[in-house]
Amino acid sequence: MNRPESLTELFVAFTRLALQGFGGVLAVAQRELVERLEWLSKEEFVETLAVAQVLPGPNVVNLSLMVGDRFFGTRGAIAALAGMLSVPAVIVLGLAAAYGELSQHPLAVNALRGMGAVSAGLVLATGIKLLPALKHNPMGRATALGLAFAAFMLIGLLRWPLVAVLAVVGGGGMLLAWRKLR
Amino acid sequence: MTVPFDFGSLFLHFLVLSPMSIGGAITTVPEMHRFLVAQTGWLNETEFTTSIALAQAAPGPNILFVAVLGWNVAGLPGAATAMAGIMLPSTLLTLTATRWARANREHMAVRAFSVGMMPLTLGLIIATGWLLALPFLRADDHRLGTLALIAVTVLLTLKTRLSLVWMVLGGGVLGALGFV
Repeated sequence: MNRPESLTELFVAFTRLALQGFGGVLAVAQRELVERLEWLSKEEFVETLAVAQVLPGPNVVNLSLMVGDRFFGTRGAIAALAGMLSVPAVIVLGLAAAYGELSQHPLAVNALRGMGAVSAGLVLATGIKLLPALKHNPMGRATALGLAFAAFMLIGLLRWPLVAVLAVVGGGGMLLAWRKLR
Repeated sequence: MTVPFDFGSLFLHFLVLSPMSIGGAITTVPEMHRFLVAQTGWLNETEFTTSIALAQAAPGPNILFVAVLGWNVAGLPGAATAMAGIMLPSTLLTLTATRWARANREHMAVRAFSVGMMPLTLGLIIATGWLLALPFLRADDHRLGTLALIAVTVLLTLKTRLSLVWMVLGGGVLGALGFV
């Protein structure tokens, strides 16, 4: 595994990552942190994301804090967070200022639809790509895949609130893991 | 405006929502709507909805919709106030929890947590992709084109190392040209 050399490198990496994330940053975070920079392994990425998920706040923002903190402590967390938010904030506020005219334009509406479809595909592909991280799960591959499928069904199809799914699938998973690890 | 605007209430509102935002600030949108539209009247219905749509279409984390809401209420100071409120508590909590977990990595509870939560996290990512794709599956026009585009994106992401940003821009161009 590699690691960032400096706070600047951390800031730039997260800015670069955030700017590629249209409609969400998750897919890009996996591509950049795991595949390109190799700062995290597939397993570390999913583990970090699992923690980021249950804490309040956006998962990718929590992820940036955790990655920054891991390499450079508080200063790293701030650099990563600033990288994630500052340039994108300027862009989105610029768009907000220009929105009145943009929204009237069919070209913009059509382009947004195309970009939206691609970002849906990117997130799906990220999930599929990370599935092998479950292979070495101490609970056993079949159990782990079963729990992942249950989470997908409850959220994607039955539309349970996240807190309930955390309690049932997350709590259940932790209980099974506890018994296996003991 | 039914209630006169003040920065203190704006800050406090987002500050209180932050620790409740498990699963992202997007889960507290109904509460923001109640406060900003129904209770105070600082934003109207359209301003509220377009703020969120805009931030999701723009590059960067979706949390920036909070900045856009603040911007539409009170310009740049409003954006800064809302963001500070929503970020402060969750950031402090994340750092504290992460450090505790790292210091107690060998603790049974921490290991059971990271092993047991992994499947849920993966199921959640795939469900998110599914929910993002759903509106395209439901729409009557453009359905085939957008479905094909989603499928091609999944294949390209899995099989090639093509930069994701090219795929998103490519989708934008195909959309603008009327292919999807």
